[in-house]
Amino acid sequence: MLSLVEFILVGLVLTNLVLLGTSRIGLCIRMVAFQGVGLAFLPLLGHGELALSSLAISAATALLKGWAFPTLLFRSLESAHVRAEVEPYVGYSNSLLFGVAALAVSVWLGGRMPLPGPGVPQLLTPVAFFTILVGLFGIVTRRKAVSQVVGYLVLENGIFAFGAVALRKAQLLVEMGILLDVFVAVFVMGIAIFRINREFDHIDADRLASLKE
Amino acid sequence: MLARFAVLAPAAAGAAAFVIPDHRVRRGLLMLTALAHLIITLLAFTTHSRPLFDGALNLDEPGRIFLLITSVLFAPAAFYTAGYLKREMRGTRPDMVEGRLFSNSPEARFTGCMLLFLAAMSFVCMAHNLGLLWVGVEATTLASAPLIYFHRHHRSLEATWKYLLLCSVGIALALFGTYMLALAGGGEVSLNLAALMAVGPNLDPVLLKAAFVFLLVGYGTKMGLAPMHTWLPDVYSESPSVVALLSTCLLNVSFLAILRVRQVLCSAGQAQFGNDLLVFLGLTSMAWAAVFLLRQTDYKRLLAYSSVEHMGILAFGAGIGGAGMHGSLMHLLAHGVAKGAMFLLAGNILAAYLTKNVSGVRGLVRALPFSGPLWVAGILALTGMPPFGAFVSELTIVRAALAGERFILAGIFLLLLAVAFIGITTAGLRMAQGQPGKGLAGADAQSAGGDRPWVESPSAFLPPLFLILAALLLGLYYPAPLAEVTTAAARITGGF
Repeated sequence: MLSLVEFILVGLVLTNLVLLGTSRIGLCIRMVAFQGVGLAFLPLLGHGELALSSLAISAATALLKGWAFPTLLFRSLESAHVRAEVEPYVGYSNSLLFGVAALAVSVWLGGRMPLPGPGVPQLLTPVAFFTILVGLFGIVTRRKAVSQVVGYLVLENGIFAFGAVALRKAQLLVEMGILLDVFVAVFVMGIAIFRINREFDHIDADRLASLKE
Repeated sequence: MLARFAVLAPAAAGAAAFVIPDHRVRRGLLMLTALAHLIITLLAFTTHSRPLFDGALNLDEPGRIFLLITSVLFAPAAFYTAGYLKREMRGTRPDMVEGRLFSNSPEARFTGCMLLFLAAMSFVCMAHNLGLLWVGVEATTLASAPLIYFHRHHRSLEATWKYLLLCSVGIALALFGTYMLALAGGGEVSLNLAALMAVGPNLDPVLLKAAFVFLLVGYGTKMGLAPMHTWLPDVYSESPSVVALLSTCLLNVSFLAILRVRQVLCSAGQAQFGNDLLVFLGLTSMAWAAVFLLRQTDYKRLLAYSSVEHMGILAFGAGIGGAGMHGSLMHLLAHGVAKGAMFLLAGNILAAYLTKNVSGVRGLVRALPFSGPLWVAGILALTGMPPFGAFVSELTIVRAALAGERFILAGIFLLLLAVAFIGITTAGLRMAQGQPGKGLAGADAQSAGGDRPWVESPSAFLPPLFLILAALLLGLYYPAPLAEVTTAAARITGGF
């Protein structure tokens, strides 16, 4: 029987596979938002009693990852008039193959890492590794600047999942600081996308290639 | 803790700068804040500091050294900026490289972000909680990104995007490392440095090592260690010179982040693992930079690769440990002031010659009576010639390596220094010598019947002069309080 934490982790894996296989950027943004809402439950689970600080972290996460980021990204998507990722460096079926391989590697690597303490599910490390790999893959292989930001958010989600389960003695100050930083990062990236769009009439980050040795 | 005002004052001034409409008031505020920051730093340098937030914020000796170099670099940068913003042309104008039209982003945003950047860096110097440390380092990235995009053209936009994405990803990996460190303590330890070091020997060694690798890669990206340095030359060449100077502070505070993590590693008795990685990355950076320093045609990129090289030296010295750590901290100061001066001078040269090509600049000493000779002095300071500070610090690092009987490493270190020396002096001295040719903006403009030639104003040459003098001072006379704090800082970060 899966615990709720494991259920959320499995959901993370499945949404990652959707992200790898789809060309619609709108769907990608929705998937990342979906992941974010799922992750927002993690600080509440596995603590025994409910602390006010975990509740605050959870609410802030849901608000940012589930509402603020998608809104920002959809807005920059609209301003740039793009709907779909065009010709990524690696095709969608190959991306899915990468996903399967990455999942295998993550499970192998996660199995080799020691699991300290009770209450940390076996799935945690492999899923976190997998999500991070998918995020990095997205940043490297997608051309649109918005897709790259989506990749960054997936990477961030993987790290958040790991932190929410692993770091049980969370400090409100630290967690809030981290959330604030990620929010500002996405905000600044959103502005940059707007600028790229104005400057080049497109948001293909691969055309940003005049600076080299 | 007095030092908290080193964060609060620039943060408040930064927020105010966004809404102050008058240019002169805002520039005045910038200079005033920089001066206040320097005074606070100097006052806090020797006074005892009381921890805040259960020890999450505290200004210990390593923090003092890093806060000092940040403040010493920011003050001249602020004065230079005030003059620079006054000289900057308004409105839309053709870009000197491609001739496309561009404009500046609002001055209020530039000044505001500069001050917020200072606040974020000061915060990193005080953070004693690895989570807050991460928050601070990421905040420096975000506050500096708008600075790079001051000249709104597509090349600076490209540099900004590269910087944002690469550094954010790098720092995200550092966050993963931070969480892994918490997991190494069984998930029950807080991320406070003191708490982690107290349970050091009980930390899970495998997770601890994995955490260090992630943290080193993450903060190493920000520090500009090869092969994660690829954003650095682009950012340095496309942003205003002042921003390049501030980036030097940024590289420094990222080094502090790595040192903090190494403190935990040392307390767990795993120092050797970390030291080997630091030496490896250090030498890789030096070698990588040396290759690109030879035959470099763009002098701002030349300075950028020189930064990669010097960050390599810092990592190498830290990895050697013992007296090497001491040398590394001295080098931090010596390189900081020398590089800062060079960036400001590069800005002057760019304004006078309107080209970033080494081959386009000749006769610097004759054409610019202040910046020219200072440029030559800066080249010597940067390449570690006596009597400048970098000579003493590099010598200390080599002696530490020899004393530790690591002869091969010392040999490689010296060889790479020599190659970098050849690269920098060939390009830099070539620019200084000869007759100022047609390339000079003033001459061109005069022949075209245009603007008057570019003259050096005091705000353009006094800040670099101050920094060169500081570099000279560090080589000739190392003040006693500074030496005391450096020694204590080396003991804390070196873990012996």
